[in-house]
Amino acid sequence: MDFRFSDREEAFRTEVEDFIKKELPAGWTEKNIYWPGGYGTLSEFEEANPHIEQFRHQLAERSWLNISWPKEYGGAGRTNIEQAIFHERMSYYRAPGGEVATLIGGPTIMLFGSDEMKKEWLPKIARGEARFWLAYSEPNAGSDLASIQTRAVEDGDDLIINGQKIWSTAAHVSHYAWMIARTDPNAAPHRGITLLIVDNQSPGVTIRPLTNICGSQSFNEVFFDNVVVPKKNIVGEKNRGWYYVMVALDFERLVIPIGGFKRTFEEITQYTKETKHNGQSLSQNPLIRNKLAEMAVEIEVAYMFFWQTAWMLDKGLVPNIEASVLKLFTTQLSQKLANTGMQVMGHYGPLERESKWASLRGRVQAGYLDCISALVGAGTSEIQRNIIAMRGLGLPRA
Amino acid sequence: MELGLSEEQEMLKTSARDFLQKECPKQLVRQLDESDTGYSSELWQKMAKLGWTGLVFPEKYGGSGGSFLDLIVLLEEMGHNILPGPFFSTVVLGGLTVLAAGSEEQKKDILPKIASGDMLLTLALTEPSARYDAPSVKTKAVAGTDGHVINGTKLFIPDANVADYILCVARTKKGKNPEDGITIFLVNAKSPGVKGTLLKTLARDKQCEVVFDNVSVPQSNILGKPDQGWPTVKDTLQKATVAKCAEMVGGAQAALEMAVQYAKDRVQFNRPIGSFQAIQHYCANMVTDVDGARFITYKAAWKVNEGLPSDMDVAIAKAWTSEACGRVTLLAHQIFGAIGFTMDHDIHLYYRRAKAGEIMFGDGDFQRAIVAQELGL
Ligand SMILES: Cc1cc2nc3c(=O)[nH]c(=O)nc-3n(C[C@H](O)[C@H](O)[C@H](O)COP(=O)(O)OP(=O)(O)OC[C@H]3O[C@@H](n4cnc5c(N)ncnc54)[C@H](O)[C@@H]3O)c2cc1C
Ligand SMILES: Cc1cc2nc3c(=O)[nH]c(=O)nc-3n(C[C@H](O)[C@H](O)[C@H](O)COP(=O)(O)OP(=O)(O)OC[C@H]3O[C@@H](n4cnc5c(N)ncnc54)[C@H](O)[C@@H]3O)c2cc1C
Repeated sequence: MDFRFSDREEAFRTEVEDFIKKELPAGWTEKNIYWPGGYGTLSEFEEANPHIEQFRHQLAERSWLNISWPKEYGGAGRTNIEQAIFHERMSYYRAPGGEVATLIGGPTIMLFGSDEMKKEWLPKIARGEARFWLAYSEPNAGSDLASIQTRAVEDGDDLIINGQKIWSTAAHVSHYAWMIARTDPNAAPHRGITLLIVDNQSPGVTIRPLTNICGSQSFNEVFFDNVVVPKKNIVGEKNRGWYYVMVALDFERLVIPIGGFKRTFEEITQYTKETKHNGQSLSQNPLIRNKLAEMAVEIEVAYMFFWQTAWMLDKGLVPNIEASVLKLFTTQLSQKLANTGMQVMGHYGPLERESKWASLRGRVQAGYLDCISALVGAGTSEIQRNIIAMRGLGLPRA
Repeated sequence: MELGLSEEQEMLKTSARDFLQKECPKQLVRQLDESDTGYSSELWQKMAKLGWTGLVFPEKYGGSGGSFLDLIVLLEEMGHNILPGPFFSTVVLGGLTVLAAGSEEQKKDILPKIASGDMLLTLALTEPSARYDAPSVKTKAVAGTDGHVINGTKLFIPDANVADYILCVARTKKGKNPEDGITIFLVNAKSPGVKGTLLKTLARDKQCEVVFDNVSVPQSNILGKPDQGWPTVKDTLQKATVAKCAEMVGGAQAALEMAVQYAKDRVQFNRPIGSFQAIQHYCANMVTDVDGARFITYKAAWKVNEGLPSDMDVAIAKAWTSEACGRVTLLAHQIFGAIGFTMDHDIHLYYRRAKAGEIMFGDGDFQRAIVAQELGL
């Protein structure tokens, strides 16, 4: 057992950190209100900032969008621990980088895609030229994902898509839909689903914004009206999409902005040191100390889950219970951290960032709203518990 | 980063689990819990033969040269089987302290006897204030012509009822800094003036009141440097705190395994209760708590093992483990329904141990106060 980074890992960590500090626009980390685990404030801020593309391009040039991929596919050929180290540092500085194609789509193609598909898509993803959004949920298919109704019907070398997706995060700023659609309506629900990639620019695709509770457009509803997709865009085999998506979801649950928890916590802690009540700083108050210590403890536990999943991947194991535990634990932590921040700040907590009185640029008030998304997106807490109990512990189905 | 156990540790773990299951069935656990000694000398000898009592001592002292992490692996399994007895007191509280601070002569005298299973030890630190800090050490040891004379009352001392030697932490000097002027004495438990009384507790762990009434101790029985014993005590406390976490993790893991098995077997409303989502979610929460506690405990243990600064990590591990393991055993009770409320069922043994472990060496609030301090608050 050795919790230390190896020399190689340590050197990489320094390299990443130096790069981020040098290339992120000045004041980025402080200005960015992104909340760890939240999906709601991210895209608004990113869209508004012209530096983002440039930053992503630089990451791609270094093969850092896919650190653990083999070099032949545009990766850096590094370990999963190294990839985790990268994400840890990136999220600590709230740096933009990972998205669906690099973190979820790509790794799934690597496992299940044909050679042809790998050659076509992986390098493009690694160069940051193919950004995906997740086209899973539908109005009547959330937790019960196998009940999707969007249809894909064969037509020669093509598939014709009809249906509607919803809660489509970043669909409006992505290039392709990473989609599941029903290809065999007569089969059992999860045996007639196919995974495919759909170009956002295809005729018949309509993207309508939805405004989330943070007041920004992070997600959308998307309509497909006789959209034509070449069959070669099918990932793996037709009708086996459900199985691939289950693995893709495990990847998704590993995408935890672990460093963001630490950073935000440090800022709240700093606030308590600087804020005085009756001449005494808040950090002297035993109740506040206890609350903050509780957060420090939980963040440290979260880090352990985080490194554990990366380590498992390097051992050739696919974390699934572990991925669910990590997701369940950190999303609850996101909520607790936001609540602790609010309690510590009292009246100042709810002020929006436009206010001259707002502390930490209103990050905590935004976070207090945004943290709700994490408990729902990528499978709700209840669904994670179902997975742990049934897949992990072998408890019987109802 | 390498987060797995070594092959040897995996072997130790499996063999310990097998041995304890066979040699220490729950029936024996209950018998020992109700007995006055709290341990079986027969079982103790068998453990000594397996090398457990000498696991962490160097070979030249009759041990097998294992690491602190190896000990943690073993303690987790002991917790899994809720092994009663003075192993923790003798090896962790006593043996590690002697190893860390004893003179060569003391080590040569004591450690081989612990390793061979012929000597039991404990550490007498806490007093009626029930705290683990230096200012709370009020028991006095006054230097005379022929060594020291100790007076005072020690409370909540584990296994003092069977210990051959008691490491008594006493104040030898009063000064501004309460950490200064503390000395550790190796006291023969049979010395005139030493009076131990067994206290009945929730977990039936053998805690004692030990009164030192004009107990004379020769100079040669000072362990480490006179007046400068506190760093040694602190070091032992660190190790003992992590070691306690390991025991608790083992206990919580066992409670989880028992509850999951029961949930698969017990049928109500024509289906196993494990198919009800409420029960499934309890189990999922238990997994999260147990795994988190294990990972954070091993991280702290690794730091201690490496001799790295570990105040923060140890406090975090104990804060989390104390509360997580309490939650786990309580949920296990919930799953067992009324059967778990009986003396016949084993789950209450774990529930009791979890509470005892939480209190020992400081509960969540106590540990979080340390965390806050370490955060620079
Ligand atoms: C901010 C945000 C971003 C999102 N981004 C995307 C995206 O990019 N792409 C995408 O496809 N989807 C996205 N989603 C959708 C997300 O995956 C779903 O919201 C989620 O799976 C839950 O589905 P639902 O909202 O339909 O809730 P429902 O499934 O209707 O659930 C409502 C409640 O019932 C509970 N419940 C449902 N089934 C069970 C069960 N079997 N056992 C116990 N409890 C149950 C749920 O846990 C929840 O508490 C996003 C969601 C949010 C909030
Ligand atoms: C101190 C004490 C005194 C008692 N006194 C009396 C008395 O005087 N007279 C008397 O008749 N009985 C008495 N009882 C029995 C009591 O009513 C039962 O213990 C209780 O109804 C639960 O039944 P069980 O113990 O068989 O647990 P089980 O029914 O086996 O339940 C085990 C677990 O499964 C859960 N579970 C079971 N079914 C479901 C479901 N459908 N959905 C979700 N979870 C479920 C339970 O909540 C529990 O967590 C007493 C019990 C106790 C502990």
